[in-house]
Amino acid sequence: MNKEELQVVALKNGTVIDHIPTDKLFTVVSLLGLKNSESNITIGNNLTSKKLGKKGLIKVADRFFTDEEISRLSVVAPNVKLNIIHNYEVVEKKQVIMPDIVKGIVKCNNPKCITNNEPMTTIFHVINKESGVLKCHYCEKEQNKEAIKLL
Amino acid sequence: MENRSLVTIAEHSKEKILYLLEMAREFEKKPNRKILDGKVVATLFFEPSTRTRLSFETAANRLGARVIGFTDPKATSSSKGETLKDTIIMVGNYADIIVMRHYLEGAARYASEVIDTPIVNAGDGSNQHPSQTMLDLYSIYKTQGTLENLNIYMVGDLKYGRTVHSLLMAMRHFNPTFHFIAPDELKMPEEYKLYCREHGIKYVEHTDFDEKTIAEADILYMTRVQRERFTDLMEYERVKDVYILKNDMLKNTRPNLRILHPLPRVNEIAYDVDENPKAYYFQQAQNGLYARQAILCDVLGITLEDVIEDGKKY
Repeated sequence: MNKEELQVVALKNGTVIDHIPTDKLFTVVSLLGLKNSESNITIGNNLTSKKLGKKGLIKVADRFFTDEEISRLSVVAPNVKLNIIHNYEVVEKKQVIMPDIVKGIVKCNNPKCITNNEPMTTIFHVINKESGVLKCHYCEKEQNKEAIKLL
Repeated sequence: MENRSLVTIAEHSKEKILYLLEMAREFEKKPNRKILDGKVVATLFFEPSTRTRLSFETAANRLGARVIGFTDPKATSSSKGETLKDTIIMVGNYADIIVMRHYLEGAARYASEVIDTPIVNAGDGSNQHPSQTMLDLYSIYKTQGTLENLNIYMVGDLKYGRTVHSLLMAMRHFNPTFHFIAPDELKMPEEYKLYCREHGIKYVEHTDFDEKTIAEADILYMTRVQRERFTDLMEYERVKDVYILKNDMLKNTRPNLRILHPLPRVNEIAYDVDENPKAYYFQQAQNGLYARQAILCDVLGITLEDVIEDGKKY
């Protein structure tokens, strides 16, 4: 384990979510539903990072996220890394994979879209995984990653 | 149950489009039938559109169906705050088909996911209006004898015009050459030009609208330049009379040229054009009846064969 990760206390079993952009840390907390979690959670922000300069980091004890949960992060923090820890050792590294469909996370930018006027789940098709272009399943308007607002 | 709703024309293959046009042609031969006898068609107009509603209701009536519905959402429970979902489920229990017009984009798609009753989108905000596109295609097919390799000139408001965007996308199967004639403020949006390039569709842009520009046209698709679309009213004053079609501009046009317009027309086609045999916009509206008869049958799973067989009865 390198020194960088030792800036916060080591984890016995669980998941370390690393390389979170500092301005996205609390969005990641909310997208993973950690607010209501009973787990032992350590949240660090503005930690030194070689890649990002500064970064956020979350350690969740005894919790292992599903691929679906991880893919929720794709629209806000596509470059975060997840380290799965068993008995103080990293046994697996996971990356966020952009899904083909984003469901119930993003709000449509079009005020005249049905999803903004009816109690319903939003659905977006990912048109371009690299540049992060989403197309609303309902009103068919496209939006860029930069313009995305979360529900 | 397979959902046969018609939400957007973009989902239809070339074969499916030609199949529906063939079915429309059968209905043109015999518009009055009993093929929908015993069926109930609901027309839900959350936004008024007299022309489209009358066309759908006539189509249903001439096929023997009965029609229920509303034309004024103020008089319905959606004005009391009922969700679209609840309204659609309720009507879906009564009717065999729901034809709906809504001011919100994506409303028809959502409705088609809420119930199994087929939905026909009669316009959802500025998004889609597939029955208009079908009647445009039918009009082009009928007047030119083909949809292939045509020179299609679109004139006027190409920025906000829903009908021109849908027509452009539906024509991708048929190797058209488009000419976009519009003022700078209302020119064809980049996303549709990109669509053309991606699909190998040829297009030329013009700002001039005169006799010379349209000499090679097979179809002249006129739209209305609306004052409220302009941010700069000086610009509107400058261009408002430029995109008007006058009869003397048609002298040297091709003999097969036909003029289309989704209607209502205000002043973008001079009244003296109406007498010209190349004017086709009123017949175009009539073609809407046959195109919609085909759509109503198709969403119920009635096939072209059924329609031809049924035609022999009369």
